[in-house]
Formats: sequence, structure tokens, C-alpha cells
Amino acid sequence: MHRQIVRVALAAAVAGAFLGFNPAFAAGDAARGKLQFVKHGCWQCHGFRGQGSVASSGGKVLAPDPLPWEAFSAFVRSTNRAMPPFSEKILPNRDLEDIYAYLQSVPKTADYKSIPLLAQ
Amino acid sequence: MARGDSGLKVDRRKFLTGVAVAGAAGTVAPHAADATPAASAAAARLPSALPPTAQTIAAETGTPDIPPYSQHGRPGSDFMVDVIKTLDIKYLPANPASSFRGIHESLIDYGGNKQPEFLTCMHEESAVGMAHGYFKVAGKPLMTLVHGTVGLQHASMGIYNAFCDRVPVIIMGGTDLDAAYRPPGVPTVHSAQDINAMVRDYTKWDDTPVSAQHFAQSFVRAYKIATTPPYGPVMLALDAGLQQEPIEDHGQKLYIPKYVKGAPPQGEMGAVREAARLLVNAERPVIVADRAINTTQGIKLLVQLAELLQAPVVRQRGRLNFPTTHYLSRPAGVIRQADVILGLELSDYWATVNGFVDNNEHGVGMNESHIKPGTKLISLGNHDLMTKSNYQEFQRFQSVDLQMAGDVEATLPSLIEAVKSALTSDRKAAIERKIEANKKAWQKGRDNTHQLAAIAWDASPISTARLVMETYNQVKDLDWSMAVESGNTSNWARRLLPMDKHYHWTGSSGGYGVGWGSPAAVGAALANRDEGRFTVNFQGDGDLMYAPGVLWTAARHKIPLLTVMHNNRGYHQEVMHVQRLANFRNRVAYLGNDMAPIGTSIQNPDVEYHKLAESMGWWAKGPIKDPAELGPALKEAVVVVKSGQPALLNVWTQPR
Ligand code: HEC
Repeated sequence: MHRQIVRVALAAAVAGAFLGFNPAFAAGDAARGKLQFVKHGCWQCHGFRGQGSVASSGGKVLAPDPLPWEAFSAFVRSTNRAMPPFSEKILPNRDLEDIYAYLQSVPKTADYKSIPLLAQ
Repeated sequence: MARGDSGLKVDRRKFLTGVAVAGAAGTVAPHAADATPAASAAAARLPSALPPTAQTIAAETGTPDIPPYSQHGRPGSDFMVDVIKTLDIKYLPANPASSFRGIHESLIDYGGNKQPEFLTCMHEESAVGMAHGYFKVAGKPLMTLVHGTVGLQHASMGIYNAFCDRVPVIIMGGTDLDAAYRPPGVPTVHSAQDINAMVRDYTKWDDTPVSAQHFAQSFVRAYKIATTPPYGPVMLALDAGLQQEPIEDHGQKLYIPKYVKGAPPQGEMGAVREAARLLVNAERPVIVADRAINTTQGIKLLVQLAELLQAPVVRQRGRLNFPTTHYLSRPAGVIRQADVILGLELSDYWATVNGFVDNNEHGVGMNESHIKPGTKLISLGNHDLMTKSNYQEFQRFQSVDLQMAGDVEATLPSLIEAVKSALTSDRKAAIERKIEANKKAWQKGRDNTHQLAAIAWDASPISTARLVMETYNQVKDLDWSMAVESGNTSNWARRLLPMDKHYHWTGSSGGYGVGWGSPAAVGAALANRDEGRFTVNFQGDGDLMYAPGVLWTAARHKIPLLTVMHNNRGYHQEVMHVQRLANFRNRVAYLGNDMAPIGTSIQNPDVEYHKLAESMGWWAKGPIKDPAELGPALKEAVVVVKSGQPALLNVWTQPR
């Protein structure tokens, strides 16, 4: 019951953020974002590169190719299921934008067949 | 404990007081060894509530004179060794203790330190963990000896893991039962009325023999109970008096009961036929196996069953169960599509067909079904034959449609035959039409997994996928055993490597008591050493620090093992738990100067595991943070291990 109220409130907050949204994330600072990714604990379940893990992120991969910003930020604020949500109180918007910039900066993954140990 | 003969009591009292005085001789009164029996008896009768005197401490810690206790006959513990030798117990990993000095001395001096060979351990938990890991590879139990109170307390977590994992270990705990005659002070503090009580909830059976003949019966019985499925640890309390008193001839001839291996329990045939009927007529049958298969032969049987049904197999963490390379091997997602599920020795049937999401909903978390309504559930396993009450390892209750109590490996041949008889030609043709699609699905899954492994391939700290592949690359041409995994490397070894023998991957601890990984790996390496195999383990950092002395045991007894640290510098499961709670409570988790919430990191300072290992006789290198340095370091380490020495690489890794 209580939990549902929280979810509704969070969803409203996220919707509000969308309305007044200004795509400032494009200017996010990837170097600072890398530090925020560690400080806010994203690395714990997603790995330092956002590579994810079957054991802690339900196999979800954050980078390379992060979700579009809208979906990304909405997810972090409310989350759908297994990830504990980060409200703006504990994760300021600016930090989240920088985290996003960091994830966008993660280089593409090579085709596994080009990595000898994986191709064997 | 009442003695069978009052004459023995007198002998025992004389002996005990003799030791108390002899022990005191070194530190307190140089001439006390000459004391009269009356004087020494008075010394021994100090009220036991007092703290130990210098005398009694000396009796426990000083150098004891060996008394002529066998002057009236053979010591009881020699006979015990005769009994133990009739069973196939190769090693006895143990930490020494005064309460079993009688049998210890007999084992090495009378028994020649063979069958079993005493392996010096630095912690009782290490000893039990070694026995656990050894069984998973060798399929044979080991025994250990513990100080009945404090040593058993140390051993208890290991025993719980073995119990949960259904692994036989024979534990004997020394205790001095006779309050009137045992030495006061420390030996009395280290005695209890019933030491077995502490582990009774998680042992399969226990006893406290009160005569040599009773011991013979109980030891053979203990061995038999431990090694008859469902396997499990057993406990014998071993009275110090019984070990040390001479066996006197009362006209009764001692005998050693013969051990005859029992046949394992099989699923009831009517139920087996019904299971076969359900499986053969299912459109999407799925097999899920957990602690099901202990042998490579058993793995082959499961392959036969899966192929007959073209049923995907989900491998849970208890054992390898099924080849990773087989086209029917699948991740757990297939359970959602199943119309019939065959659960083989599942430690948690509820969580196999349901999900729990730790997201603060429904009170603490969300529960949901993972299966379609009407899915038929079949269960086959030994667990139904051993359910205790106190410890909750039996998990949530799950109703099933067909339950067969019985051993999986023992029942598989009849189940395979029943499936063959139930297969009509129509069903056979329909099932065979699935082969191509199943092979394609497997190939697709494999490609996908390998592509996931490529992500963060060049990251530092090193990705767990890379850790696994670099290691495999150095051992793949050997007869290898990736024995034990502690910490969590995202299951990469089982997802990426070709495994089809039971010792390629031996499964989890059972009770998830942390600290099991390193001793279990040493035990597995001991079993592999005797088969000429190469053993490697991925070692969690937190896990190693519970009782790192097992590294010394490996070096001391020349047990070759390659330990590759999965050093993520924290108790990572707890890192995430505390973060999760902080988020739920809308608070910022306090990190102090660490990377992770206070109380969960292992950094500041970083533990230098390579130096730790080196100090105990291992070849070691680290910390390795650059993935490009890992391959060459592994190459060096493999050469060392092949020469018979253990080697450790301290690798800094991604968290999971
Ligand atoms: C305690 C573990 C944990 C922490 C900490 C955590 N996540 Fe997650 N995250 C998860 C899990 C689990 C999922 C998958 C959720 C699901 O599918 O139900 C997830 C999913 C996501 C997704 C969705 C990905 C997709 O492809 O659907 C995003 C985005 C995300 N996390 C971002 C973050 C960011 C940014 C942080 C740090 C501010 C963070 N997470 C911290 C556990 C965590």
C-alpha cells in the first residue's frame, strides 16, 4: 500500500521532469560522470563499465549504447522491478546527466569473433 | 559416563592425575613428578569452577610426559584405528587438540599415518571444507577430528554447508565425559555433556560410544549412514577416557562389523511410469537439475533422458549435472514456457517456478509465478528422505503433482526405460522434429553469451568473463578441474567453458556459508592430485580471509592448486544489499573513504593476497589489474602448479 503511494509519487515526479525537460544531458561531463557512477553505487550492480552481470543487473547492459535519455532517466528514478530507485534527493539531476554522458562515452564492443579467446 | 568396569576407573584416575602433575612439572614444581599419587589426586580435585591454575594451564599447554597407560593392554584408540582402517578413508584433515590426543597418537604411531593420512589444518572449518571439496571430486568421504567444544564450534559452519549440500563427512569430536576424573581447568571447559547437540540439527546422525565395541559399531554405522543417499555429515563424540584407557580382556572378544555398501533408494516404479507418461506427452517438457548428479556416468544418463524427450535442461548451481556443450543446455528462462517440469534434486523447487524480487513491494519483496497455469510439476530427489526442522534449508513449500523420493542417479535408468516404453511412434516422430530447432536455439544462445562476454573485455579492473577465458586458455589442454567457485563471477565459467565431466565444475557450497571456497578448493585439488588432474579455482577475496591458513595446509602437504583471485575488494553481496536499503529509505549510502557502504569494503588497506600466499609457501604474483598482464602471469603459474606446488594470482576484478 505505502509502496504503491511512493511509486505513484515517483511516476508523477518523473512525468513532471519530462515536461520541463531541456536536453542538457548532451553537455554532461563524461569524466565527472565516471566518478559519479562510482560514488552513487551504479558500478556495484552494473560493473565499472556498465557491462552488467547476470548476477546483479538481471543481465541488463547499460553501455555501450545506453537507452535513450528519457527512458534511462525515467528508469533510474522509478525503476520497474529489481533495481532500487534513486530519487533526486539522493542522486541530483546533474550527476545523473554526467553519468549518462559517461555511459555514452563507453566505446563499442568488438565482435566476439574478433577476440581470439572468445572465438576459439 | 559410566565405565563398564570399576577397575578401569581407578586406572583412569591414576593416569589423569599423573598427566596433570607431569604437565605441571615443567613450569611450576620441578620435582612434582615425584609426588605421591595421593598428593597429585588432591591437586586434581581442585574445584572446577575456579579459573584454570598455572598447573592446569600447563597440563593443557605444556609438554606432556607420555604415561605408561598401555601397560595393562592395548590402548582403546589403537582398536579405534583398526576399525577406521577397515573403511576406505584416505585422508584426515584436522587441527590437533588434546581431547583426541589418544586417537591422534594411535593414528600416526600405531596406524602408520596411512588410511587415513593426517593433514595438518589451521582451522576446523578448513578441515571440514576440505572434506567437502574432496567428496565432490572423489565421491568418497573423509573424516576429521575436532576438539569437542571449541573445535566443533569452529567446524560448525562447514558442517552446515556439507549438510545443505548433501555431502558425507565423518566428524569425531574429542570430549572428556567423566567429570569426576577428567583434569580440571581447560580440559573441563573443553568438555560438554553432549557435544553433538550443537550440530544435531544439521547432521544426519550422531552417537556417543561408551565402550570400544560400541565405537566399532557406531563408526561403521556412521560411515554407512553418511554414504547412503541422501548423503550427509555424521558426528561421533569420542570420550577421552575411551581413547586412552587400555582395553582389558573381560572374556568378551572385540569385533569389527563389516561395512557393506547399501543400495541407494529409487523412485517408486508406478510413479516413475507416470512421470514418463507425462514427459513423453508434453509439448514443452523442461528438466531442471540441482544437486542431482555426482558422477560423470550420471551426466551421461541425463543426456540420454534429455535427448529422448528433446527436453531443454536447466543447470542449477548444486552440481554440473549436464554438459555445458550440449545443445539442450539452456538458461532458466525456458521454465516459463514449460508444460511439464521434471525437477531433479532441487534445493528450492519454489524458487525454480516462482520469482522473488527484492524491491520492497508486498512487504519486503515481490512474489510472482514463473510458470503457466496448469504446468505439471514432477519432483525426484533424496531430499524428501531427510528433512529436519530447525534450520530452514528446505525452503518454501511447493506443491508438486508427482513426487518421487529417491536418488536421481539410481532412478535415471528406470526412468529412461519407462520413457522408451511410453514413446509411441507418433510421439517419437514429433519429438525428433524438434532436434534442428533445439540445435539452432542453442547456437543462438551461445553466440549471444559470447557477445556479452566481449563487453568490457579490455576493462581494468579485469572483467570476470576475461578472467575465466584467460584462465581456461592456459589449462584447456590439460585434464582440468575448475573445482570450486567462491565469490561470484557471473557464472561465466559455466556459461562459456566446455564442461562435461563432474569434476569440471563441482557446484556450490550448499549452505552459502562464506569461507568455504578456499578449503573446498584445496580438498578438491587433493582428490584431483591423486588422479593426476590440474585444479584451478576462482577465489573470492572475502571468502579467503575467513581462514587463510588452509593455504599453508596446501603447501605443507604438496597439494597443487592454481588459485585465481576474484578480488573485487569487498563483501560484494553485502555492498549491494546496503545500497539497496539506502535507496529504499531514500538516503545516501555513507561510503566513508571506501568505494562501497561502510562495513562492506575490503580496502584501505588493500589485502596483498599474493604476499599472504607467499608467506605460506605458495608461488604468487599480483596485484594484476591490467588484462594484458593476466595471460602471461597465468602461464607462469601453470608451470609452477604442474611441478606440484600451489600458486596464487591476485587479480583485481570487476565486481561480478
Ligand atoms: C543494487 C543494484 C543496483 C544498483 C546500485 C543500480 N542498479 Fe541499475 N539495475 C539493477 C537491476 C537489477 C536492473 C535490472 C532491472 C530489471 O530489469 O528489473 C537495473 C537496470 C538498470 C537500467 C535499465 C537498463 C535496461 O536496459 O533496461 C538502467 C538505465 C540502470 N539500471 C541504471 C542505473 C544507474 C544509473 C545506477 C546508479 C545511479 C544504477 N542503475 C544502480 C540494479 C542496480
